[in-house]
Amino acid sequence: MLFYIFAALAIVSGAYMVLTRNLLYAGFSLLITLLSVAGIYVLLFADFIAVTQLMVYVGGVLVLILFGIMLSSRVQDKSVLSENVNTVWGALVAGLIVVGLSYSILKANISSLPWLQTTEIDVLGDQKSTVQMIGIKLMTDFVLPFEIASLLLLVALMGAAYIATDRQKV
Amino acid sequence: MLAFVLTLVLLLSIVIVLAYAERKVAAFMQDRMGPTEAGPYGSLQSVLDVLKLLQKEDIVPAAADKKLFKLAPILIFAAVFAGFAVIPFTPDLVPAGIGIGVFYLLAIISLDVVGLLMAGWGSNNKYAMLGAMRSVAQIVSYEIPAGLAILAAVMVCQSLDFQEISYQQGAIMNQFPGLEYEMNWLFGIEALGINTTTIGGITTWNIFRAPILLVAFVIYFIASLAESNRAPFDIPEAESELVAGFHVEYSGFRFAILFLAEYSMMVLVSLVAVILFLGSWNTPLPNIGPLSLAYWTTGTVGELSGILWGGFWLLSKTFVLLFLQLQIRWTYPRLRVDQLMHLCWKVLTPIALAVVLVAGIWRLLMI
Repeated sequence: MLFYIFAALAIVSGAYMVLTRNLLYAGFSLLITLLSVAGIYVLLFADFIAVTQLMVYVGGVLVLILFGIMLSSRVQDKSVLSENVNTVWGALVAGLIVVGLSYSILKANISSLPWLQTTEIDVLGDQKSTVQMIGIKLMTDFVLPFEIASLLLLVALMGAAYIATDRQKV
Repeated sequence: MLAFVLTLVLLLSIVIVLAYAERKVAAFMQDRMGPTEAGPYGSLQSVLDVLKLLQKEDIVPAAADKKLFKLAPILIFAAVFAGFAVIPFTPDLVPAGIGIGVFYLLAIISLDVVGLLMAGWGSNNKYAMLGAMRSVAQIVSYEIPAGLAILAAVMVCQSLDFQEISYQQGAIMNQFPGLEYEMNWLFGIEALGINTTTIGGITTWNIFRAPILLVAFVIYFIASLAESNRAPFDIPEAESELVAGFHVEYSGFRFAILFLAEYSMMVLVSLVAVILFLGSWNTPLPNIGPLSLAYWTTGTVGELSGILWGGFWLLSKTFVLLFLQLQIRWTYPRLRVDQLMHLCWKVLTPIALAVVLVAGIWRLLMI
């Protein structure tokens, strides 16, 4: 039941985000989409992912987007409007993706997957959250991707700081 | 549902007391009397203020973005109030005891920022817009030293669960499932050989268990002042420059909600500081030989005495911190924007990073 509420919220707000002309409203409906996706993560016992989603996307990316929209337009403007471009190609690519995804989902016959039938409802067991498992996995099996990701973030950070510095003309 | 109502009632009463305390503390620090007319010593003043606000007309400016303008106060208060869901009030009373409470709290607080932007934009007023911009820039920046200070405490406690962190800081630690065989040592150093597990009291508070957390506590406290837009970090609401900041267009009930959200934020950051650093609902009195003061002032978990003692200690420590916030407001002048950013990025953040490193090393000494 909860899943359908979250899913409906996510779809409706996502559709609103795409269809509205006002960039700011699009930003705020993205907020609702992200929140409902976080809700779905919680229903899937992925509490850490859900909170990370809130932290990174709502607390970071979305605030940055809104900040950008607000700073780049004058305060007197009633709204910031987006334009329609590439209608034919956009519709074509979106339609193809929809067809491809629905075809593969319908073909997949998910409910008969062997691992899905053997899993228990009580995913977490004695543990209170998935954090410990994620931490151990990150430091053992997935330590290389983890370190590469951190290196990438560091490079991005240094690049941003370099671009933003107020260089004196020589 | 019961937890929701109880928390709301508790929060409202704390905020009413706080609003009264703010006026009285301000008055005494400036050698005035403060409110005296309404009730004994003016104690009904803040109740009457709220009643007055509720009677006022709800004005929505004609040029405002009406949907966003109306939605923003709700979103701001909901974000702050959602943070209270993971706060343990007594040893066995916590609205939602989820395993990643600390992380959840940090994430849900950041929703507040979106509400501020919404209010600033929706008002369609340059002062509101500037106030919202400043507020968001400030909150986003100060989340970093605050988050690092919290991280240091989490590293020492090895848990993201507020209730587990609370149990670790008292004499009844071994009653928490999963901590039955944990030991506390004086200053967290096992090599000293002084076992404080059953002594409890102030010796097991996090700032004593790992004295480096004292630095983390100071950093967190400064950053939390900025996050709740309190003086000396109140440039988003600087009356002399911006009229009132992001809530300049709000009136009546909506203004009351914004006001409530702001004071709730103060209470929330103080509660988090108390839980993470100052021993949560644990008593400050240690067991000294036959004088088992810690057990006497903790009560029995699960019974009324445990609830009353736990709530009493948590709230009294919180009120001490809140008093400190009020005192700082009337002591220090407002910072400039560049001083604010200098303090955050060049002073607090490097120190907080060093504290995280030392806290990690300290944790190695503790086991």
